[in-house]
Amino acid sequence: MTFAKLSTAAIALCLGAAVGAAALSTVAMAQGTQGTTQDTPQAKREQMMKQVGGAVGALGAIAKGQKPYDAAAVKAALTTISTDMKAFPDQFPAGSEANSAAAPAIWENNADFRAHAAKLAGEADTLLAALPADQAGVQTAVQTLGANCGACHQTYRLKK
Amino acid sequence: MTAMWSRILGTGVVIVAVAALGAWMVTKPDPHPENYWAGPGKRDLGQPDLANGEKLFWAGGCASCHAADGANGDALKTLSGGRALPSPFGTFHIPNISPDEKAGIGAWTLAQFGNAMTRGVSPAGEHLYPSFPYGSYDRLTKADVNDLFAYLKTLPKSQNVAPPHELGFPFNIRMAVGGWKFLYFTDQPRVALASADDKVKRGQYLVEGPGHCGECHTPRDQLGGFVKDRWLAGGPNPEGKGTIPDITPGGDIKSWSEADIVNYLQTGFTPEYDSAGGSMVEVQQNIAHLPQTDIEAIAAYLKSIPAR
Repeated sequence: MTFAKLSTAAIALCLGAAVGAAALSTVAMAQGTQGTTQDTPQAKREQMMKQVGGAVGALGAIAKGQKPYDAAAVKAALTTISTDMKAFPDQFPAGSEANSAAAPAIWENNADFRAHAAKLAGEADTLLAALPADQAGVQTAVQTLGANCGACHQTYRLKK
Repeated sequence: MTAMWSRILGTGVVIVAVAALGAWMVTKPDPHPENYWAGPGKRDLGQPDLANGEKLFWAGGCASCHAADGANGDALKTLSGGRALPSPFGTFHIPNISPDEKAGIGAWTLAQFGNAMTRGVSPAGEHLYPSFPYGSYDRLTKADVNDLFAYLKTLPKSQNVAPPHELGFPFNIRMAVGGWKFLYFTDQPRVALASADDKVKRGQYLVEGPGHCGECHTPRDQLGGFVKDRWLAGGPNPEGKGTIPDITPGGDIKSWSEADIVNYLQTGFTPEYDSAGGSMVEVQQNIAHLPQTDIEAIAAYLKSIPAR
C-alpha cells in the first residue's frame, strides 16, 4: 500500500511539473499593462453596454409590474437601445483587445458580431414603430430583446 | 560477485513489481458490481420515470457538450457529440451518446451506463477521462440514473462518430486516470452545511451532483483536482480566456438575494440587467427548464455554503 501511494505520488508529481510549467508560461503571456481612461474604446463601449442594460432594466421593471406602464419611459428605453447598438460595433478598433471582456472572436468574426448588434438595433426600431401599449406588450418586448443579450455574450464576451 | 549483483537486481525487480501491482490495485477501473444496478433501489429500477429523466437531462446539461456545436431548440436533443472541449491537458472530442446502437449508447445496459456515469468506467472496462464530469454525477441516485438512461433512449439517433481525443503525454495514457481518481474521486459532500433543511439538501444534490456547477466554478490544482477549500469560489477559465465568477455568498454575487439568483437562472438577467455570457448562457437555458422549486433549492444552497 505504501509502495502504491509512493508510485501514485511519483506519477502525480511528474504530471504536476509538466502542467505547472505550462500554466506559468500562460500567466507570463497574459500579463499586460495599459491604462484605462474615459476616452478609451474600452471605456466607451462599456458605458454603452451599461446604458443598454439600464434600458432593458427600465423595461423589465414595467414588465414585472414593479413600475407602472409609462409610454414615454418605454420609448426612451427603446431609443437608447437602438442608438447605442448602432454605434456599438464601431467601438472595437484594432488594438483595443487588452483590459476588457471583449472576446478575440469579435475581430475574428467581425461581420457576424456586427450582425448580432444590428439585429438588436433592428428589433428595437420595430418596437419603436409600434410601441408596446401596455404591461403585457412590454413583457413580450423584454423577452424578444433580452434573447439577444445571451446570444451575443455567449460568443463575444469573455467569461467574467 | 555475480551472485550479489543478481540478488540486488532480483530485489529491484521485486520492488518494482510490487509497486506496479500496488499502483494497479489502487488505480484500476472500479465499477459497481453488476447486482448494484439490478438490486433493490428506492423503487424498481425497471420502471423508469421519463419526466424525471428529462428533468435530469436539463439539470445535467448533457446537451451543452453532447449536442452538435451551435445546436438550439429541438436539435439540443440529438446527442451526436463532436464538439471539441479545450483543456490544459489537450483537446477532448465529445462522444456520441445518442441511442444509435453502433455510434452511440443504444446497445449499452443500465449497468454500463450507470458505471460510466457514477464510476467513470466505460463498457470496455477502461477509465473515462474526468472531462466527463463523473466526479459530480457519481452523486446521482440509482433511481435517477435509471430515469435518465431511459429518457436518453427516447431521443433521436445519430450516426456521427467523434474523432479521438488529442491529449499530450502523459495524459493520453488512460491508466493514469486511475491515479487521478485515487487522489480526487469522492462521493462525499463538497461542503459541510450548518443548517440543511430539505430544500437546501435538494439544492446540494442538484448543484454538487447533476448540475456539476463545481466543474467550472471551483478552481483546480495542477492535476485537475478541485481545490477543496475553494468550493464554487471561481478562478481562471480552464477552457480558455477569462475568469469564472465566485458564486459563494462572499463572492461576485454576494449582493444577490435568493430571488435574484432564481430570476437569473430563469431569465439570464442579473439584478443589474447584465446578462449571462460564455458557456453560462447554455447552462442557464438548461436550468430554466427545471421546476421553480428546484431552482429555488439551488438558490437556497448557494446561500448556505461557506463564503470564500
